[in-house]
Amino acid sequence: MCTTCGCGSEGITVTRNGESEHEHSHEHVHVHVQHLDSHDGDTRRIQVEQDLLSKNAGYAAANRRYFSELGAFAVNMMSSPGSGKTTLLVNTVAALRNQYPIAVVEGDQQTSHDAERIRAAGVPGIQINTGKGCHLDAHMVGHALQHLALQRESVVFIENVGNLVCPAAFDLGEHRKVVIISVTEGEDKPLKYPDMFAAADLMIVNKIDLLPHVDFDTARCLEYARRVRPGIESLELSATSGEGLEAWCAWIKAEHAAASVPARNTAAANTT
Amino acid sequence: MSLSQNMLEIIEQRARRDVFTRVTRVTLEIGALSCVEPQALGFCFDSVSRGTVAEGATLVIVRVPGRAWCWDCSRVVEIPQHGAPCPDCAGFNMQVRSGNEMQLKELEVA
Repeated sequence: MCTTCGCGSEGITVTRNGESEHEHSHEHVHVHVQHLDSHDGDTRRIQVEQDLLSKNAGYAAANRRYFSELGAFAVNMMSSPGSGKTTLLVNTVAALRNQYPIAVVEGDQQTSHDAERIRAAGVPGIQINTGKGCHLDAHMVGHALQHLALQRESVVFIENVGNLVCPAAFDLGEHRKVVIISVTEGEDKPLKYPDMFAAADLMIVNKIDLLPHVDFDTARCLEYARRVRPGIESLELSATSGEGLEAWCAWIKAEHAAASVPARNTAAANTT
Repeated sequence: MSLSQNMLEIIEQRARRDVFTRVTRVTLEIGALSCVEPQALGFCFDSVSRGTVAEGATLVIVRVPGRAWCWDCSRVVEIPQHGAPCPDCAGFNMQVRSGNEMQLKELEVA
């Protein structure tokens, strides 16, 4: 059993530097109650009224508290596989690593390729392999954070599993959710996967260097996204050419300030 | 799948607290705007509940409509899904109020 929280998630591993540090392979504990008598017709009703995601919500609240105590800014990056999330992250890290302490949590079903790319960029990266799971949840992220030893006022990037469906439902305790769509995808993705775009605070249109070669209508994509989520912010960029990266870094800076300044003020108030 | 596992965990907690040996009916409230496909949830729950107190329980899913505030009509309207237009003015200038629910409402136990 997990010594930290007594959890029982099967087949999930958290790895750092290629070594498996924490393995969840224990069994779920089930209550097996013997059916002594059958009281057919002798039933009663119990009001439960509990959210199906209440357990995740509890872990997300703990992660949020942790970020807020450190004055760290956490962003949950979601997209389909192949939209360029990791390339964008690697180049963002390179642009910001001299300004902020940065840490990255990478989620994939298998392999630690992405965390290796992040570490090669010179910042701590930790890989969560979800096994058959198609999304990160707050519990997995909480474990990963324990291994990262976050510095005060860090920027924490959480790269979710490539999937435009399930990650939308799971609060990880992040400050902001960002959805990335690349111009090689259909511009109607916001309508096809509305849950994701309804949950996101910012939409990034990536690979705009390829626009001359593809049939992607950026304005229409934004119009669709606004149907689903009026007020969604949007940025267009190319992670590989670097075009638009500055505006993305400015967005992070502004969000980081909003997250870290209140924590700094609280810390200052506590010391005086 | 993880939602049905969460469901089972909630049921098993209640089985310890309220002392029951068998669940005959599980009532869920699922919002029209939530990401849950009721049929898939039923299928997953059947398989995760095998060998537990909830094995064979009937799953009743109450669909809750999505509600949004339409800024142009200045009233609350019902919408079937994210990205659907206002049924009155066909606009998209709306703010979702409810419809994301995924709640275990009630258990019928023996």
